[in-house]
Amino acid sequence: MIRHTLMAAIATLGFATSAATQDFAITNATLATGDGSDPIEGATIVVRNGRVADAGTGLSVPAGVPAMDGTGAWVTPGLFATVTDLGLWDVGAVSESNDSRADDSPFSAALDVSPAINPQSQHVKISRAGGITRAAVATMPSSSIFGGQGAIIDTGDDADPIVRARAFQVVALGEGGARRAGGSRVSAHALFRNALREARQYGTDSRITGTASRPPEQRSGDDLPLDLRLVDNQTQRGDDVLLSRFDAAALVPVVNGSQKLYVMVERAADIRAVLALRDEFPQLDLVLVGASEGWLVAGDIAAAGVPVIADALDDLPGSFEELGATQSNVGRMVRAGVKVALNASAMEQPRYLPQFAGNLVALSNVPGAAGLSWGQAFAAISSVPAQISGMSAGAGTLTAGAMGDIVVWDGDPLEVSSTPVKVYIDGIEQPLTNHQTRLAQRYRDLDESDLPKAYDW
Amino acid sequence: MIRTIRSALCIGAASLMLGACASTGTADPDSAPAATGTPLGDDGAAPFGSTYNRYPGAPTALVGATIYDGAGGEIRGGTVLFADGEIVGIGDASLAVPDGYSRVDGSGKFVTPGIIDIHSHLGDYPSPSVQAHSDGNEATSPTTPEVWAEHSVWPQDPGFWRALANGGITALQILPGSANLMGGRSVTLKNVPSRTVQGMKFPGAPYGFKMACGENPKRVYGGRGRAPSTRMGNFAVNRQTWLDAKAYDGKKRDLGKETLKGVLDGEILVHNHCYRADEMALVMDMAKEMGYRVTAFHHAVESYKIGDLLRENDVCSAVWADWYGFKMEAYDGIPENAALIHNQGACVVIHSDSANGIQRLNQEAAKAQAAGRRLGIDIADHEVIKWITLNAAKAMGIDDQTGSLERGKMADVVLWNGDPLSVYSRPEKVWVDGALLYDANDPKRRPVSDFELGQPGEGDVK
Repeated sequence: MIRHTLMAAIATLGFATSAATQDFAITNATLATGDGSDPIEGATIVVRNGRVADAGTGLSVPAGVPAMDGTGAWVTPGLFATVTDLGLWDVGAVSESNDSRADDSPFSAALDVSPAINPQSQHVKISRAGGITRAAVATMPSSSIFGGQGAIIDTGDDADPIVRARAFQVVALGEGGARRAGGSRVSAHALFRNALREARQYGTDSRITGTASRPPEQRSGDDLPLDLRLVDNQTQRGDDVLLSRFDAAALVPVVNGSQKLYVMVERAADIRAVLALRDEFPQLDLVLVGASEGWLVAGDIAAAGVPVIADALDDLPGSFEELGATQSNVGRMVRAGVKVALNASAMEQPRYLPQFAGNLVALSNVPGAAGLSWGQAFAAISSVPAQISGMSAGAGTLTAGAMGDIVVWDGDPLEVSSTPVKVYIDGIEQPLTNHQTRLAQRYRDLDESDLPKAYDW
Repeated sequence: MIRTIRSALCIGAASLMLGACASTGTADPDSAPAATGTPLGDDGAAPFGSTYNRYPGAPTALVGATIYDGAGGEIRGGTVLFADGEIVGIGDASLAVPDGYSRVDGSGKFVTPGIIDIHSHLGDYPSPSVQAHSDGNEATSPTTPEVWAEHSVWPQDPGFWRALANGGITALQILPGSANLMGGRSVTLKNVPSRTVQGMKFPGAPYGFKMACGENPKRVYGGRGRAPSTRMGNFAVNRQTWLDAKAYDGKKRDLGKETLKGVLDGEILVHNHCYRADEMALVMDMAKEMGYRVTAFHHAVESYKIGDLLRENDVCSAVWADWYGFKMEAYDGIPENAALIHNQGACVVIHSDSANGIQRLNQEAAKAQAAGRRLGIDIADHEVIKWITLNAAKAMGIDDQTGSLERGKMADVVLWNGDPLSVYSRPEKVWVDGALLYDANDPKRRPVSDFELGQPGEGDVK
């Protein structure tokens, strides 16, 4: 019923799906702005020149802007998935198709995902069909405690997925880091401290000013300059260095705080140790990833002003660093004043983000549990991860001037029965077809009376 | 066939299972053999027999809730009565509540049978998932029909109790892993805390037999330079193993052949990990050749391509809602799988294979339902609930005892605080055989594993 209203309206207007920015408006919809507030019914959104022109109630649609009746539909900002491996793999267990790890790489911090991202990956398309319009993409630490430099992408059906290259560095401390550092947390911390000291020295000696990833104020289409840190220079280094020159150069912006450092850590004690790193490296721009026991140190995290990309529903002692895991972790951290986004790598697929957010709302009705309000939960998969990722103000929301990443849903987006019916990125309507939708259409029936299924396409 | 087995199997547990066995008839525990494919022990009992006893429960009336009975029925504002471990009655508001029943107000709430997961590794891959706990794959030979999953189950796995509290799970099948073509026997458990696995074993449940096709066996053994290293090798090793089992005369005990014989005799149910449609079709033919039946294909992400064949062969598909892409044979997984199988008239079961997913089988079923609706396949809510209750029970051979809210069945019941097909709902109370084992409103009605005592978050909401 919902879909029919919308589809009928769309059909009448004769919108063509072309890769061009179109001005449009949607009226009478339920609007979730993504800023943490509750949804608004009977709202209107106007999108012009690829950006949100206005959104709210009591708006009139400007003359000349085609309007769709959104009765029964929900309109939200596009979801922001962090952290993901979108565009880095085709089949998980087919190693030749999988760029999400590099166990035998001679490099670590210098790894840069941006040249490897494939915007035509099925997982990008499937995520887009699930309402995800932007994502942070990273390679996980494998050959070292450092995973390399992650990028921010959009999931648009075009040749240019990179919104910002080298947006953040990834490091694993805790159990994962310990394994990669030679076997202990002790070694991981020594390796980490040494790496940052080498980088600091190298940055000074070779005069690397080190802004790896200054966010562009607005997307120019030309925000991928050569990484100047990696050009040749003649700086001499001592004989006892551990890092390769590229790895040292890559860590300069981390140590001087111009590039975010995503720290994978779970245990309360490990979180405290990470927060304490700023005593030694005061410029570190820390983001915690995982943080299953964050609730036990929520006050410390909040006081440090460090945001968290949290595993939303982990509630098992999967390891000895997650003994205190509970689904109430996110709610408790938010109550303590921590900025929390949901970790898309802590679920089967990034498109589970709304389901996981919905589960946190469900906790509000469980005695003794700490849940989120609907608005908070939706913000944790839209504006909060966008902010943590260093996107400009308004990203992940539908405030006037925000980027035109819009998703129209056939119902409450956090409900498992709902799905996007339209997705726009920068105001451009996106195709929602992919390998899965094509298979479902082919096998809607099993009739082969005339020809084999191979001819049904 | 399963029904006969059931009445035989109730016997060993007759003193424990008054309710369930009463309906199928009981006999003298000493007179009938246990139909487990295994001879009785020197003590005259089936080996490793269930010692489960139901816990006490008050006669209870759930009143005013929407009831999905698990068998395809739906009653708004209905009443469910249970006492002495059994469902006593189910009906609409006119059903009288007998004296002595404590009333639970279900207004605005929902009641379902206990949720059943047909595919779990809880206990044999428990939390914490450290190497010392890796007990799910006896990956030392491509065929290990001689191993029994119950000998790996650690009853202190905290995952059981997350599944109870967050997922409403009251029964589950623990399977060996899929490294081997023939992984060994499964065990079906009641989701009840116990110091021993025998104390969890579902009385009267038939054994299952785990098989696996495709990539895993050929990768594990091909990687060691031995058979099977190809899919054709998989079939060759399987067929020869069946032929050898058929020739087994039972004179000298052979654990593996006893299990295979139990399968050939229809006493042990085959649960076959298989992703691809073409391989499932080959397996069904192999089963015909060798004279056994496949009860369910698990992880069957491509069942939607052969729903007709599965219907004709009466084989269930135990599936995720939407997992795909993590391995080559999962590349064609689609969210519409369950709905398309159902639409062909074949049997659907939603499974987890995950200590996390088992806490949300209701949500997975709802996702699969919604994917079907978008393709124009409307499946009623009460049908979808069947995918995680009665259909699972049938494929595990325990549907005479649980899986639906029918008079005389075990009082395995979940009271949900909202529609179980909504992301916003959670179990409020869970009864197993009429005993209240989880109550969201009572922090002490929440199991805490030995492992969690004295740890951060002991007894916390999880």
